[in-house]
Amino acid sequence: MSAIKMKPVDAVVVGSGVVGSIMSMELANAGLKVLCLERGRMIDPKNDFVAPQVHDELKFDRHSDIFQNLSRETITFRNNSGQTALPMREMGSFKPGEMVGGTAAHWGGNARRFLPHDFELRSKIVERYGAGFLPEDATIQDWGVTWDEIEPYYDMFEQIYGVGGKAGNIEGEIQAGGNPHEGPRSREFPNPPTCRTPQGEIFAQAARELGYAPFQGPAAAMTRDFQNLYKVMMLECHRGGFCSSHVCSQGAKANPLSAVLPALYKQPDFELRPLCNVIRVNTDSTGRKATGVTYIDARGREVEQPADIVVLGTYCFNNTRLLLLSGIGTPYDPQSGRGVVGRNYSYQTGGRVHAFFDDREFNPFIGGGQVNTSIDELNGDVIDRGPLGFVGGAYINMPNPGASPIKSKQVPHGTPRWGGEWKKAVAQHYRRNLGVHIHGSCMSYKQHYLDLDPTYKDAYGLPLLRMTFDWHENERKMLTWMNEKCVEIAKAMKPSKIDVRPVPKKYSIIPYQSTHNIGGAVMGADPSTSVVNKYLQSWDVPNLFVVGGSSFPQNPAQGPTATIGMLACWAADGIKEVYLKKPGVSMV
Amino acid sequence: MGDYAYAYLTPAEVRFLDAAVERLIPTDELGPGGRDAGCACYIDRQLSSPWGSHGRNYRSGPWPEGTPEQGFQSRFTPAEIYRIAIREITDHCVARFEKPFDQLAAAKQEEILKALEKGEIELPSLSSKLFFDMLWRNTEEGYFADPMYGGNRDKVGWKLIGFPGVPSGAYREHLGNPALYNAEPISILDIQTRAVEPDANGFAKHVMIKREK
Repeated sequence: MSAIKMKPVDAVVVGSGVVGSIMSMELANAGLKVLCLERGRMIDPKNDFVAPQVHDELKFDRHSDIFQNLSRETITFRNNSGQTALPMREMGSFKPGEMVGGTAAHWGGNARRFLPHDFELRSKIVERYGAGFLPEDATIQDWGVTWDEIEPYYDMFEQIYGVGGKAGNIEGEIQAGGNPHEGPRSREFPNPPTCRTPQGEIFAQAARELGYAPFQGPAAAMTRDFQNLYKVMMLECHRGGFCSSHVCSQGAKANPLSAVLPALYKQPDFELRPLCNVIRVNTDSTGRKATGVTYIDARGREVEQPADIVVLGTYCFNNTRLLLLSGIGTPYDPQSGRGVVGRNYSYQTGGRVHAFFDDREFNPFIGGGQVNTSIDELNGDVIDRGPLGFVGGAYINMPNPGASPIKSKQVPHGTPRWGGEWKKAVAQHYRRNLGVHIHGSCMSYKQHYLDLDPTYKDAYGLPLLRMTFDWHENERKMLTWMNEKCVEIAKAMKPSKIDVRPVPKKYSIIPYQSTHNIGGAVMGADPSTSVVNKYLQSWDVPNLFVVGGSSFPQNPAQGPTATIGMLACWAADGIKEVYLKKPGVSMV
Repeated sequence: MGDYAYAYLTPAEVRFLDAAVERLIPTDELGPGGRDAGCACYIDRQLSSPWGSHGRNYRSGPWPEGTPEQGFQSRFTPAEIYRIAIREITDHCVARFEKPFDQLAAAKQEEILKALEKGEIELPSLSSKLFFDMLWRNTEEGYFADPMYGGNRDKVGWKLIGFPGVPSGAYREHLGNPALYNAEPISILDIQTRAVEPDANGFAKHVMIKREK
């Protein structure tokens, strides 16, 4: 089939999510002619997401048409390479998006920075505990950047996304009321922290009694009306629940649709083409230079788009898959440990301890995906893990995301799954329980990786991406210890009953866990263990940049979105300040 | 259920489902059960919707059974699963008890549902646990989803737990307030059918009520 050839652009950006929107904005600001290609449909948030229709749990949480349409493309999954991977036929464990605005259109708005230690994880652990402390099969590594380099870009992301919070550390000075363990910030958050809920106050009191320093988690759903860095106005959030999985009808949750795209559409040299599914990055005969991308347009035609710079800014899976489909970089081989594309796939760990109260009721339906009271003492290198024997950590929090009724009915262990007793328990406990949540790190291991599936194909006849992943003993050990710590906190809240969710033995693709898939095209200082350098520039193809959750060598505890946004700001600045002065040359 | 015309389900399938959802969520002193909440009507609409034909799911073969961790791997769509399973459960009941499921005593029905849930009843064409899990998932959805989908009639699911439905613009002011927020629930159906007027932002104007402790 002969492809239609389009007029060249300076930069083609694949994906219009967190990365694609910021990248497009920054490169257009620098005077480049930018084209953004998005596989999903065009969105007009003011008409597509209106109240009361957005307050529909079934439509958005269960059957959403803003998530990836799996009938056209999914992944295959297996726990280990001894099994045959099978397609993820329905949405479960995670919810990648498919529309203008990407996955972050329906994120929860938890805009947490990682800790300084997280960016130099391997070095810091080896320095403190010795190399023997690492699990034998761990492939964890440093990111190739340091806190001091990237802090200004966290700040920039927070100014774009209007993050509300209380600083705990400004330039080394510990501030009351914030997170004392965060990396030093250049300045205070752009907006005030969220209001603490009664549930959060109960958690905070219990945590303080145990010597922790509770704080309100940073929130990217406005705590006041706010005009952001791009001069876009976002209104204060109503805290009506229906947040994660949903798109906000008020535009109060910062995301590409509410924080970036309104300003980007005004850029004269910017074009967005929705319903265009990129299937390949094209390279010249040397294989060292990208000439553009090939996509299937809305009418099913194959189109070639030449460009001087190619930016892949899609979801973790697609960034990795596009490299594999394009034959860029050496695919990872788990047997030899050689190769880099698909290496270091990881996820997020989680856990819960539920406290049931006979004598207290709450308003669990009031809140938002970003409303929580947290502690950071058990995260990163804050705790001495020597005696504990595991790598990684977690933040513990009391979230108040709302409580939509299909999925938020917590009943004590031992309650039948259905029938009269179940019904009574649901009526009794829906408003009388609090969850102490673990949000934990997940290391990378030799045997967990992404590659192309040998059997199953997408709608275009191209191989699906195959995920080989399971929980590791290190993470199970960590979660077991975190459960004990959460039980202590839950007991201090003086409930009538406490339930601990057991640590899962095997990773299952079925229940929703988090949309925090990371790795596969990781950043680093060494081309034999990373796909891109510290500037997110391909080691093999210098005019190709690959940015996103795919860049994380392993997953810290905090949730990826703010760091994905930070990396977009950082990589865009690298292109503007360094790359454009010497195009086509490796920046490292 | 005289006020709803079934689009996909046959009368015999409706009789089976009305009996089954009434055992899964029974009528008691707390309020109506699955039958009067309209769960069968909800299921009928779902099976007629893209979800019922797995319109957004990956449907290409091959279909080996896989491990429990690998999730749904049947080549059947939900609409097909309900049709096949109800036929085969009916055959099982007639062979064992000489009556279809809906004509058996409540205790017997419960026993059969428990056996289906454990996968103890060998159906010829599919796993009885696969069907039970889908039936339970849909029953729970039907009882607690917005009434616009045909279930949760009179918002019985929301009244049972004290969920106010569509949020109010007053939530923001109430976020830090421990006082209980007890409201007569308002649904999207209420607003779309103009039974109630929303505020200018499309949020509900809640009327506060006294709730039984």
